[in-house]
Amino acid sequence: MAEIRPYGDATGDGQVQLSFTLPVGASERGRQAALELAKKMGFDRPQVVHMDGMGPDYTLFIVYGSTTHTIDPDTVEVREQDFPTLTYPEVNRVIRESLKRQLVVVGACTGTDAHTVGLDAILSMKGFAGDHGLEYFQEMRVVNMGAQVTPEEIVETVREESADAVLISQVVTQRDAHIFHLREVREALEASGQRDRLILVGGGPRFSPEQAEELGYDRIFGRGTRPSEVAAYLAWRTSQMKPEALVG
Amino acid sequence: MNTDRRFVRPVGRLLVDRATIDECRDLAAQIAAPIDELACTHTTNSIERASLRLGGVDGVEGQGTEAIPIPNRVVDEVAAAVGLERGVLIPFWHAVESGGEDVDTTARRIAGRAIQPTWPEGDAYDTALSRAQAEARAAVERIAGAAERRRVAIEGVGEAEKPWLYLIVATGNIYEDIPQAQAAARNGADVIAVIRSTGQSLIDYVPYGATTEGFAGTFATQENFRLMRQALDEVGEELGRYIRLTNYASGLCMPEIATMAATERLDMMLNDCMYGIIFRDINMQRTFIDQHFSRMVHALADIVINTGEDNYLTTANAIDAAHTVLASQFLNERLAISAGLRTEQMGLGHAFEIDPKVPDQILLELAHAQLIRECFPDAPLKYMPPTKHMTGNIFLGFLYDGMFNLVGALTGQDIILLGMMTEGSHTPFLSDRHLALENANYVFGGAAGLAGELRFEPGGDVERRAAQVLEECRQMLQKVGDIGMFEAIEAGMFGDTVRLRDGGKGLSGVVRRHPAYVNPISDLLAQRLGVS
Repeated sequence: MAEIRPYGDATGDGQVQLSFTLPVGASERGRQAALELAKKMGFDRPQVVHMDGMGPDYTLFIVYGSTTHTIDPDTVEVREQDFPTLTYPEVNRVIRESLKRQLVVVGACTGTDAHTVGLDAILSMKGFAGDHGLEYFQEMRVVNMGAQVTPEEIVETVREESADAVLISQVVTQRDAHIFHLREVREALEASGQRDRLILVGGGPRFSPEQAEELGYDRIFGRGTRPSEVAAYLAWRTSQMKPEALVG
Repeated sequence: MNTDRRFVRPVGRLLVDRATIDECRDLAAQIAAPIDELACTHTTNSIERASLRLGGVDGVEGQGTEAIPIPNRVVDEVAAAVGLERGVLIPFWHAVESGGEDVDTTARRIAGRAIQPTWPEGDAYDTALSRAQAEARAAVERIAGAAERRRVAIEGVGEAEKPWLYLIVATGNIYEDIPQAQAAARNGADVIAVIRSTGQSLIDYVPYGATTEGFAGTFATQENFRLMRQALDEVGEELGRYIRLTNYASGLCMPEIATMAATERLDMMLNDCMYGIIFRDINMQRTFIDQHFSRMVHALADIVINTGEDNYLTTANAIDAAHTVLASQFLNERLAISAGLRTEQMGLGHAFEIDPKVPDQILLELAHAQLIRECFPDAPLKYMPPTKHMTGNIFLGFLYDGMFNLVGALTGQDIILLGMMTEGSHTPFLSDRHLALENANYVFGGAAGLAGELRFEPGGDVERRAAQVLEECRQMLQKVGDIGMFEAIEAGMFGDTVRLRDGGKGLSGVVRRHPAYVNPISDLLAQRLGVS
């Protein structure tokens, strides 16, 4: 494929709409500042189509412009889903054949976050978006620890339950607390010597899958993940791990 | 900006079976009776701490994140020395009376274990009791005074027209929240809610002082309340309308936060009878006992409570669970009555959460919202915008919020939490709030008059849907009534969540009252409000 540009209403016009707020009053000076800023962003012939003061000190601008940049889609790197999509009976069958017993999943929200909505969406029978959660799978046994669980409590429960997989959720966060808390759990599991035999999964709306490596997790699931995706991943990953690694 | 909103609460627009509504109210009263009984025979550490705070005990021991509030320390020391079954007030006021020091010094000396609390006998008991009663009278006067101070403030600057547009700020830093809240008010917001730092509901103490660090919200502290109330008074003066301030009397410190809110003249408080149990795994006994005390404080301070029924729809299907919202509203109403709240203080909550892909979504939302209006004609209903089905498509999301506003206008919802088009994908930008206000002002300005004109087709889809939800609500209340409220929660009948009577957080702070239990504050509150 060749270089492409955004499509407004004609091929190659490069048209982009954007909106932003500047800490400036709604004035001719403000409008010019918005236009100059748009040019610095790489927009050719920008137009301010709407300027609205929000109090004396801030102004909302809606700007159209033609970007001077192009992209060749063949040159971008993409991360394709690297595990198979499995149906409900397939997930159960793969676990049964790999483990000859139930897969034990421990899930928790850690840190100060009290929001279990993400964790419950993935774990609970009820599930999310028409998908049943992991509790629905007969070959999984789920221990939902709820919110504000400390890394030490997670380590202890993983040991008591002989867990095979650990799911850590972070929904509400500020100043990268979600990253800090996920690392804390991973470090605690490492210190307890259990990390290597576990499938360690993190999730939440602020994460992206690329963060798995830097966080030391096997997989990170982001916004909009459905329980069936997590179930398929856990089953597939179980089948990939050497049986002797799964000593649960 | 169109401010001529011509607010009406349209009632009698749907043929709803009044006998079924009455039956729901009777069932709610029957269900609530054991909860009232529980509340009147128990206390909690947070009620005792609230009672000390009302007597002037404040401050912290220690520094920074290690700081422990003095009210917590005193209650812990009294519990260790003589137990909490008879309440903290007699041992505390005895210590003040017998030690000859002021309230603050005495409290700090108890906290520092320089004084060991004791239970006085004879004359010493009588002295402590009279002091406790005198302090209680003053405290209850101060709570009642909040209502008077609000009335005067509204008279001074002018009342905001309904519906009240409700906006959230949540920077974590009170000093950053203030200019944002003032900017929101200048743009048309009538109610400012300061979202709490995540997790505050699960900490068993109230942080102290002005705070500048929080997670996705700002800690509820008395000083933060005071600073924000002052800032909104200033901007209200400038704008010529009273700007209401909201916070959260929920979680483990519900009674203390209610007293702080009354002291600092907050105007509305999130205060649900079951939210903490279902959505925060707080022990059900703790929650029921605490909500009763906190609601008496709100009642006397003329604070409008906001209940949290919208939460039932954020996880469940909003069509299937519509009747659970109504059932919870009847229970919240009943427990509010038990605590002396007037109908005008019952900001019963509900939400616009039906999947927009469902055919006739707007018809169904209209049926639900109008049914609730018909069931609670005089309550200042609080309507919550779509969250669950908001996607990154901010353009469609903006329209979706507009439809929410339209249904709110047509059914006369009093308190409108403004929907953000970036809901679900980003914390709101300054401009998102501005656009949300523009959206609301357009729709409420354009459709308010229509609310008075609208009728629904007799026997039509709206009426039939409303009748169905009402009947499902009656059946649910019947079932809860048959097995009992505690058992119904244990069976997972609310929010599909199982909570056990002795499970969850905060049970250790629940104490059965001894026959010698003394708390003239709750006695006086009940007396003033005419409740048991």
